Amino acid sequence: MTAREIVAAVQSGETTATAVLDEHLARIRERDGELHAFNLVTEDAARADAAAVDAGDRTGPLAGVPIALKDNLCTRGVPTTCSSRILEGWKPPYDATVVSRLRAAGAVVVGKTNLDEFAMGSSTENSAFGPTRNPHDPSRVPGGSSGGSAAAVAAGFAPVALGSDTGGSIRQPAALCGVVGVKPTYGAVSRYGLVAFASSLDQIGPFTQTVADAALVLEVIAGHDPMDSTSIDRPAPSLLDALEESVDGLRVGVVRELLGEGIADDVRRRTEAAADALAAAGAKVEEASVPAAIYGLSAYYLIAPAEASSNLARYDGVRYGVRVDGPTTGDMMEATRTAGFGAEVKRRIMLGTYALSAGYYDAYYGKAQQVRTLIIRDFQAAYEQFDVLLSPTSPTTAFPLGAKTEDPLAMYMNDVCTIPSNLSGDPAMSIPYGTGDDGLPVGVQVMAPALGEQVMFRAAAALERSLS
Amino acid sequence: MKPGWEMVIGLEVHAELATETKIFCGCRNQFGAEPNTNICPVCLGLPGSLPVLNEQAVELAMRLGMALGCRVEPSIFHRKNYFYPDMPKDYQVSQYDRPVNVDGRIDLADGTSVGIERAHMEEDTGKSTHVGGGGRINDAERSLIDYNRAGVPLVEIVSRPDITSSEQAKAYVNELRAILLATGASDAKMEEGSMRVDANVSVRRPGEPLGTRCEIKNLNSIRSLVRAIEYEAERQIDVIESGERVIQETRHWDEAGGRTRSGRSKEEAEDYRYFPEPDLVPLEPDDAWLGRVRDALLMLPAARRERLSAAAAGTGVALVVERGLDDLVLDAIEAGGDPGRLLTHAEHNVLEVGALTPASFAALSRLEKDGKLTATQAKTVLAELVEKGGDPAEIAKAKGFEAMDDSALESIVDGLIAENPDAFEKLKAGDKKVVGFFTGAVMKATQGKANGGAVAKILQQRAGG
Repeated sequence: MTAREIVAAVQSGETTATAVLDEHLARIRERDGELHAFNLVTEDAARADAAAVDAGDRTGPLAGVPIALKDNLCTRGVPTTCSSRILEGWKPPYDATVVSRLRAAGAVVVGKTNLDEFAMGSSTENSAFGPTRNPHDPSRVPGGSSGGSAAAVAAGFAPVALGSDTGGSIRQPAALCGVVGVKPTYGAVSRYGLVAFASSLDQIGPFTQTVADAALVLEVIAGHDPMDSTSIDRPAPSLLDALEESVDGLRVGVVRELLGEGIADDVRRRTEAAADALAAAGAKVEEASVPAAIYGLSAYYLIAPAEASSNLARYDGVRYGVRVDGPTTGDMMEATRTAGFGAEVKRRIMLGTYALSAGYYDAYYGKAQQVRTLIIRDFQAAYEQFDVLLSPTSPTTAFPLGAKTEDPLAMYMNDVCTIPSNLSGDPAMSIPYGTGDDGLPVGVQVMAPALGEQVMFRAAAALERSLS
Repeated sequence: MKPGWEMVIGLEVHAELATETKIFCGCRNQFGAEPNTNICPVCLGLPGSLPVLNEQAVELAMRLGMALGCRVEPSIFHRKNYFYPDMPKDYQVSQYDRPVNVDGRIDLADGTSVGIERAHMEEDTGKSTHVGGGGRINDAERSLIDYNRAGVPLVEIVSRPDITSSEQAKAYVNELRAILLATGASDAKMEEGSMRVDANVSVRRPGEPLGTRCEIKNLNSIRSLVRAIEYEAERQIDVIESGERVIQETRHWDEAGGRTRSGRSKEEAEDYRYFPEPDLVPLEPDDAWLGRVRDALLMLPAARRERLSAAAAGTGVALVVERGLDDLVLDAIEAGGDPGRLLTHAEHNVLEVGALTPASFAALSRLEKDGKLTATQAKTVLAELVEKGGDPAEIAKAKGFEAMDDSALESIVDGLIAENPDAFEKLKAGDKKVVGFFTGAVMKATQGKANGGAVAKILQQRAGG
């Protein structure tokens, strides 16, 4: 059942929130031992929330909908680990804004999902608690970093999950798991309570089975939040109404630079099929160019680690989480961080520290910011000609566990198509669009200008319709 | 200062802004609360928390900037990264290359002025207490941290290296403190740490380029500041004269030992890896806001001194303004009081306004000027006016301060002349010193009721001059 179906069925009395929850919990019990989508299932709290919906005490647009939360979203009194040893035992004293809004809308939180440690990775293999597996083929990765959330929706553990997307971390796992994943415009959804990876890039968004469910969830979680200074001072956009609108005359650009080298043939073919489908529905489809997009990956791997090196400084053993003692305060901090962080996190902290160092700042961080400006300009220019842009989401379908863990650069290449939208701050989403030669899901990415969620959802809904 | 040398001093003053709440969250900005009671996820830097800039802090910072004659500019915040346990995020949110206030000046009472390079905003850290062992961060048994101060808004006022003596440094800090108080930007209490001073000191021979500077920290009073500058300048001169080089470093003032001690060398100082704080947006105050802040500016000390000098010239002007008594004196002059007497009393005999009104102060000064009260009597009446208020003439009457008539005074003076013929001979010979002797004796005999001027006049007549 989709979230919209659940809301309607619970409201009409056809079923109860408790019955819906039971079905999902049963599926989790049956299969999560194998898949490991969840770090924690909050069964008791979920039952209490579902009962409150059934008693009429909790209402709202998501009343009775089970939801899984990426384990880097703060939940009051419930462990929030970021899949890192260093946060072991920490229970936030507050809810993230998105969590408060979901609860206020009647959603039932079923648990916290696995991720690459501190959201750093593209396969969920960098979790301190072990990898998540792809529900379509458990020998393969679900993508990452929000792999647990993508797998949870794909496996039917929850119709909705939230993830965070710093460099493709919602869209790439959505593509690999065959579900819808949305990265909203930077500032559209409050980051308050999202444990920061790279503050200028992080954005929270939904995983769902359908485009309409994604629209429903985004309407609930988006909108201005005074607790986040980078939150855009606007109400949440109205998206559900846009879904039925025709794409007749819509100007669609297929980004040349994101269909080149490194994109698997089957993925390219599905992207072209998506373009053809939109054309068949009346859209004007042409080739588009975003020249600076090819530098996105390089710029990202300076900006994101730089911000991360600062954001992750606070895990020093002084106030919360793990502490490994040492003879001096400095020794204690060093021992704590050495023991608490995994290899990829350490790699990025070192990269970022270097990029910000005196004498290197201009050559690395400063230059990367200039590239970022170029990417923003190139997108702006493209959006003068096109309403939306199209590309693959991920260069390949899901790859086997362990295939890229020894080669960080090969792993980083997974995000070549998704990263440009994080750098520009524009919205982008991945729609499942058939399967590749291996029978695994392929995702197609729809991108739109800042605050262009409505037109993005319009195109996404048309793609979804073209498959049915 | 040793001849042939001069000091070059720049001061960095941190002042806590007198806001209701902290700079990035809604916790109270309050001194002396129970440890760790004014804290929340934001000022504790808990994972996921985000800062939101306090409008009142910005307003106070801008008001101070305007009072210092700075340009108030669009600004941004940076992160200053270093590990320290009392800093919850292990970075400090501060302003770096685009501060809110730039390029100002403070005019001192002695006519000199000191340039202000910048006055920027930043957040304060928590406070560590090291318990047991050696009592310092690296040898204590335990460290306790109070995060109440973490996130308290600070303004850091950085002077240009225009200061050339410890006296001028003292005058600068006093003047800056007066401006902080006058603008309401800070309560500027050094003893509570809401105003803290670091001094950059170097020495050179006149005409030579700037010498290597040392930054002196841990200056907890004006007295420490003066002593530390004097000590440090002497130390650097000794180093140079013995053929060595001054090392650029941070030095800590040891109040008990009366000396500065080497901290860590700046060359091996940490790289703070400044970068723009991505969790905050640029601060771009519009003209309307700037206008409102400017309109609300109170009159500043330099202008107050100028105003008072125009009405009552005298050495007490600076002190009277510093004590905030200038309005009282000006109002009393307006009410018909004697400017000279009023200024002198405000300088020496009034520590607080109390029940003293401009009208009673003016009336007192007239009684004195008219010879109806002596200076000593006036001081006594003034004390009562401050304490209880009332009519100075009536208070004088109640105390029996009726001015003596001249014939009574003459007979007392004549009696004293008869008793002290030697002194009278000296007076006739033109020795002015004995005037004081006779006046003192008259005062003693009359219990201070005699008018000093009248006594001098009688003595002059008797001496035949």
